[in-house]
Amino acid sequence: MRELTFTDAAREGLAEEMARDDMIFVVGEGIGARGGNFNTTVGLYDLYGEKRLRDTPISERGFTGLCTGAAVLGARPVIDFMFLDFELDALGEIINQMSRLRWMSNGQVKVPIVLRGGVGLASTGPHHSANLFSIFMHLPGLHVVTPVFPADAKGLLKTSIRTDDPVIFLEHKKLMKLKGPVPDGEHLVPFGQASVVRQGKDLTIVGISFTVIEALNAANLLEKEGISAEVIDPRTLAPLDLATILESVSKTHRLLVVDEDFSPCGAGAEIAAQVMEQGFYELDAPVRRLNGAFVPGPYSPPLEAAVIPSAQSIAKAAQALMVE
Amino acid sequence: MLIKNDTDLVLTKEQAVKLLRTMLLIRYCEEQVVKSYARGDIPGGVHMYIGEEAVATGVCAHLRDDDAVFSTHRGHGHAIAKGMKPEKIIAEVMGKATGCSGGRGGSMHLFDPSVGFYGTSGIVGPSILLASGAGYAAQLAKNDRVGVAFFGDGGSNNGAFHEGLNMAGAWQLPVIFVCENNMYATEVPFSYASKSPSIAGRAQGYGFPGVEVDGNNVLAVYQAAGEAVSRARSGNGPTLIECHTYRTRAHSEGMRDTGYRTQAEVEAWKARDPIKWYKATLMADGTATQEEIDALEAAIQKTAEEAANFARQSPMPDPTTVTNYLFS
Repeated sequence: MRELTFTDAAREGLAEEMARDDMIFVVGEGIGARGGNFNTTVGLYDLYGEKRLRDTPISERGFTGLCTGAAVLGARPVIDFMFLDFELDALGEIINQMSRLRWMSNGQVKVPIVLRGGVGLASTGPHHSANLFSIFMHLPGLHVVTPVFPADAKGLLKTSIRTDDPVIFLEHKKLMKLKGPVPDGEHLVPFGQASVVRQGKDLTIVGISFTVIEALNAANLLEKEGISAEVIDPRTLAPLDLATILESVSKTHRLLVVDEDFSPCGAGAEIAAQVMEQGFYELDAPVRRLNGAFVPGPYSPPLEAAVIPSAQSIAKAAQALMVE
Repeated sequence: MLIKNDTDLVLTKEQAVKLLRTMLLIRYCEEQVVKSYARGDIPGGVHMYIGEEAVATGVCAHLRDDDAVFSTHRGHGHAIAKGMKPEKIIAEVMGKATGCSGGRGGSMHLFDPSVGFYGTSGIVGPSILLASGAGYAAQLAKNDRVGVAFFGDGGSNNGAFHEGLNMAGAWQLPVIFVCENNMYATEVPFSYASKSPSIAGRAQGYGFPGVEVDGNNVLAVYQAAGEAVSRARSGNGPTLIECHTYRTRAHSEGMRDTGYRTQAEVEAWKARDPIKWYKATLMADGTATQEEIDALEAAIQKTAEEAANFARQSPMPDPTTVTNYLFS
């Protein structure tokens, strides 16, 4: 199978969808002729022009509200925020309008819209490193999508664009150049289906976004210690495929959730709570979490390394969990 | 029969009477809501449109069902003027299953896409952005629909105003921004909140026309809106219309209405009641007789009463439906 980077695979998915449906348009700063800060739209401006690849003023709240209105009236906007941090100025529009319009109109309107934003620490400093997965998981009416592998970047972006509801599509900056096999032709990945990315029998590690990669590296380290780790990539946090996690836990009886995002009220807390509610008697030890430190994302490499989960710290947490 | 005012506006009798009918329907329905609130039939808050009827009426008279209106927390009048059935509105305000949103939202969450009404709102500002998006969708689909945002003087000091008007100007979106300047953002006077001499004047900074009209004169609103809608439909971009008007009741029903405005000011504006003025104008002009107006008024009063009765007699929503429509 051919190999593409994460970003190229996602762009291929976007290009296929834009060719299929004239009502899809992309907005963002520098997504027109320039092709996007993260190369998300390279080549598309020449094909579709400014109405469908709309460079915006720095008006995150404004164009988020505008795109919400356009979606209500039949368009299918894709908002390219570059960094999730920039999306925060638009939270009022996302929460009060976008996520609620279908429900509060009693199903009379729909809001098909995709919000893309780069997440994660990558020497990007406190204003360009947000993860904040659980803020969006907390809200009724939103899908939260966290692709890790290029094939999923493409397949999940296509599904996101076709979904008639708002989708928060979060792309870790350290994944953007990751290469991997991507199927030829139409490739759609449904929401709510986790992927078991490594089979194991001694413990389950659920990673989120980039920490899936670090969890796989940790699993290699653990293998040398005689510990067989199963690694799960939820792929979508909302809806969350708890069944796949529970099935794994019923085999391994131990669960470690690894998330670069903050621990309090985080995705790991939610997963741990649900597993304890529905799989308590399968557990031989408490569910453990390994999170990024509870500080804003630091800039300097040694500071950053000190706050994010690494293969080593994941392996260490897994070893500790094995003797609980 | 034709009617003229100090502008070059010319209306047929049918058009002229239709404006009165819409204003009366808003007024009588609002009075039903006031009574229902006082009786305890309304579980939440309501912001009355009484005194501002000429604005919604004059603007919406130019709109088609497929034009999109985004409204405010004081939005019953916009909903009626856009063609929503009063019983669906009052039932929603009462939290009934027969309400336009099944009782999910109440007064500030009225929706009826079948007549192009995309919502009253509990948040000040977003209507400006959402209507701009409707304009964007029309451009994308290459049709001649327009988006209309209603907002108040309070909304004009919200960031959404700057971002929305700036983008609408930059992209020449088919949008009409209708500012109902009733002088108070909740209870904060505009003159206190801004040193701007005029809201309409701000449009110049965004590169499109802004006009200022007497919002209690339905003909002045009608004329300004007609020009703005034509401009938008023909691809010439947005217009800002500032309508000077006044709410004669408290910010919301049941709220203390003192300490920020004088009773003399309220009485002065009541004397400039838009319906009273328009009825007198129609009669002075010879467009309609007292008898015709009385007959119209009696019929509309009955319609409003029937709508309120329908709402009162309607069932409450089924609690098991509360999780419906979260996702497609």
